Amino acid sequence: MKITLDITRRESPDAEPYILSAAFETVTGSETAAYALTSLNADPERRDVNGKPFPPIRWESSCLQKKCGACAMVICGKPMLACDARLEAVARGGRVTLEPLKKFPVIADLAVDREPMFAALAEMKQWLEEHGEVRPKETDRAFDASKCLQCGCCLEVCPNFCTGSAFYGTAAAVPASRLMAVTNDAERAALYRKHVYNGCGKSLACRNICPAGIDIDSLLVNSNAAAVWKRRRKGGNPWTL
Amino acid sequence: MGRINIIGAGLSGLSAALTLAEAGIGSRLISLQRSERSQSVLAEGGINAALDTMGENDTAAEHFADTMKGGVYLADPNAVDGLTRNAPAVVTRMAQLGVPFNRTSQNGIMQRSFGGQKKKRTAYAKSSTGKMLMTALIDEVRRYEVTGLIQRYPHHEFIRLLTDGGRCTGVRIRDTGTGLCADLDGAVIAASGGMNGMFPGRTTGTTMNGGDVTAGLFAQGVLLGNPEMMQYHPTTIGIPGKRCLISEAARGEGGRLYIMKNSGERSYFMEEKYPELGNLMPRDVVAREMFFVRRSGDTEGEVMLDMTALPEDTWKNRLSDLREEIIRYLGTDPKKSPIPVHEGIHYFMGGIDVNERHCTNIPGLYAGGECCSQYHGANRLGGNSLLGAIYGGKTAAQTAAAAFTDCPDREPIFTEMTDPLLEEARADFSERLAVILSGGLGIVRSEKTLTDAVSAAKAMDLANEREKNRLALGLAMLIGALERRESRGAHYREDYPEASEDYRKTTVAQNCGGEIRISFRDIPERRTDREDNA
Repeated sequence: MKITLDITRRESPDAEPYILSAAFETVTGSETAAYALTSLNADPERRDVNGKPFPPIRWESSCLQKKCGACAMVICGKPMLACDARLEAVARGGRVTLEPLKKFPVIADLAVDREPMFAALAEMKQWLEEHGEVRPKETDRAFDASKCLQCGCCLEVCPNFCTGSAFYGTAAAVPASRLMAVTNDAERAALYRKHVYNGCGKSLACRNICPAGIDIDSLLVNSNAAAVWKRRRKGGNPWTL
Repeated sequence: MGRINIIGAGLSGLSAALTLAEAGIGSRLISLQRSERSQSVLAEGGINAALDTMGENDTAAEHFADTMKGGVYLADPNAVDGLTRNAPAVVTRMAQLGVPFNRTSQNGIMQRSFGGQKKKRTAYAKSSTGKMLMTALIDEVRRYEVTGLIQRYPHHEFIRLLTDGGRCTGVRIRDTGTGLCADLDGAVIAASGGMNGMFPGRTTGTTMNGGDVTAGLFAQGVLLGNPEMMQYHPTTIGIPGKRCLISEAARGEGGRLYIMKNSGERSYFMEEKYPELGNLMPRDVVAREMFFVRRSGDTEGEVMLDMTALPEDTWKNRLSDLREEIIRYLGTDPKKSPIPVHEGIHYFMGGIDVNERHCTNIPGLYAGGECCSQYHGANRLGGNSLLGAIYGGKTAAQTAAAAFTDCPDREPIFTEMTDPLLEEARADFSERLAVILSGGLGIVRSEKTLTDAVSAAKAMDLANEREKNRLALGLAMLIGALERRESRGAHYREDYPEASEDYRKTTVAQNCGGEIRISFRDIPERRTDREDNA
């Protein structure tokens, strides 16, 4: 199937964006946006739809199997991983649009600077102050929270998140719930309230967007219970509601 | 304050940075992308340690024996002794950092069977053990990033080692965003991963492990050990742009390999030929048997992995993530139907030559994790890579720390630089080289296929320094395989099908201006007076 990729390009952060249209032919039907980008960049004879040569497209990738979050971008209007976007499935009228995530500064083309997301984790003191094992009944929840890829898809759809604000969004809330499966001290609860709960408009736009399939509802409900409603069972376990 | 430079922010690099930070020594963690994108997050099945939580009286001595035997006695026994002796402390520490290991009913760390090991020794978190370990370690490292002891340089690329009089004095890096370069002072720990980029699209690894660090260091005089030793994992599937691993845990939990005979019957060839370990023979054996059984005249089609008899509890609590992945990529539910599997390049046992303390031949340069040749000999056991990465990074850091002398640190100044190594290899060059390397370095090798590959490689046209360095690395792999005239572990020579005691030695490759020199070095004797450095 012939697919036309409409790729939003920008040579540098300050440069004017433009659309590059390039054709890609799927053979097996399993080809993804990541595969198409890799193939185009590997072809020294690459041409756009008008027959004009173009320089390699800047984008980030690493694992190509939904486990690292590197290749998050906006594909046909939806934030997703390029390695998970099967071209034939996402195409509309034979066209696939590829845009950079909009909540982060663009570096070039489809590559964005996601460092603000990591700075937020530092502000959240995202580490175990007191070492300890996961409580036995929280193993599954800690597992789910530990899956977070830090890809940024949940932030892209969030109506309340913008880089630079005190609200850090689900990409900070999910990792925090990993730590709460071990311990839940007052400082952590305060940080959670300040940087997650207070800024969250409860739109749940982040529901069902996570490429790792994390059950965000469940983690938020339980973190809110622990950090905001202070529901705990004997022994300080916040999870039993 | 002086700092130690760590190239790579995967499991080994993080382990090194943490070890240095806990000793009060600063480091720079330099990586092409953030730790979340590193190959370590892909590791699935588990991490080995003789924790003995399964009531089988497991011991570190047995872990040592299995690792040495699995590697067909090519690994340094003193290094393996340290690895296996310290393994329980490594896993216990990770549990203390909040890794959600699967648990026994008595809340011990659950362990499962893995290839080449007779006892249940592999601790795991479903089929996402690497990701779980990484998440915990990333968080722990963050504690020291906030204090400034660990400085991260994400989106920075290794360009070259800086040396003075044969000693490593620092490293040149490039900011991949701005293109500007800086020379950083201090010792260097390479933790840059395996050489997947020598085989683009043909391995289970990430695209970020390009092999350029190893190729660059090799060109700068760093010796390589056993470059011909690369592991084909028996169970992988093809997905767009790469091979996707089907964890060994699938067989550890009871999955069976079979192939259809022309007669219409299933042949469970591993169980028939190896009654004791069956489907859980070491990976080199399984991969080779798959190759031969497929080539045999009385079989047809692909080798199939049958997991349909696994109990519901196993799917729910131990392999739920693996099942989801298989359904996504193959459209087949492994709970209901067998799936076709094929061997795929998975791990590089060979790499930067290091001693037991993870020193390279260049003073001031150390290496840990998959980029170096240590612990795994001629074939790595499943569950030993995560362990080797954490323990190897830690050991490299301990050695670097012991040699560390604090001195004022120059703040890195990023400027435009001219350096021939800034120009990257052409993608089509790497692809052509990969075709040649794949022809020589298959599961079954021979004098003819290797000689042909060497000739073809030497005839390649080179456009820049990085291509020259990549070619030299490829030639080291090929010529190492050519010179090792025996079969051992992952290296199988059809023309020399038996192991030879004459070759129970480390292949050492040296790059002399593009010309490859191969020599063989004796394996150290095992010391009996070891101190435990846990």
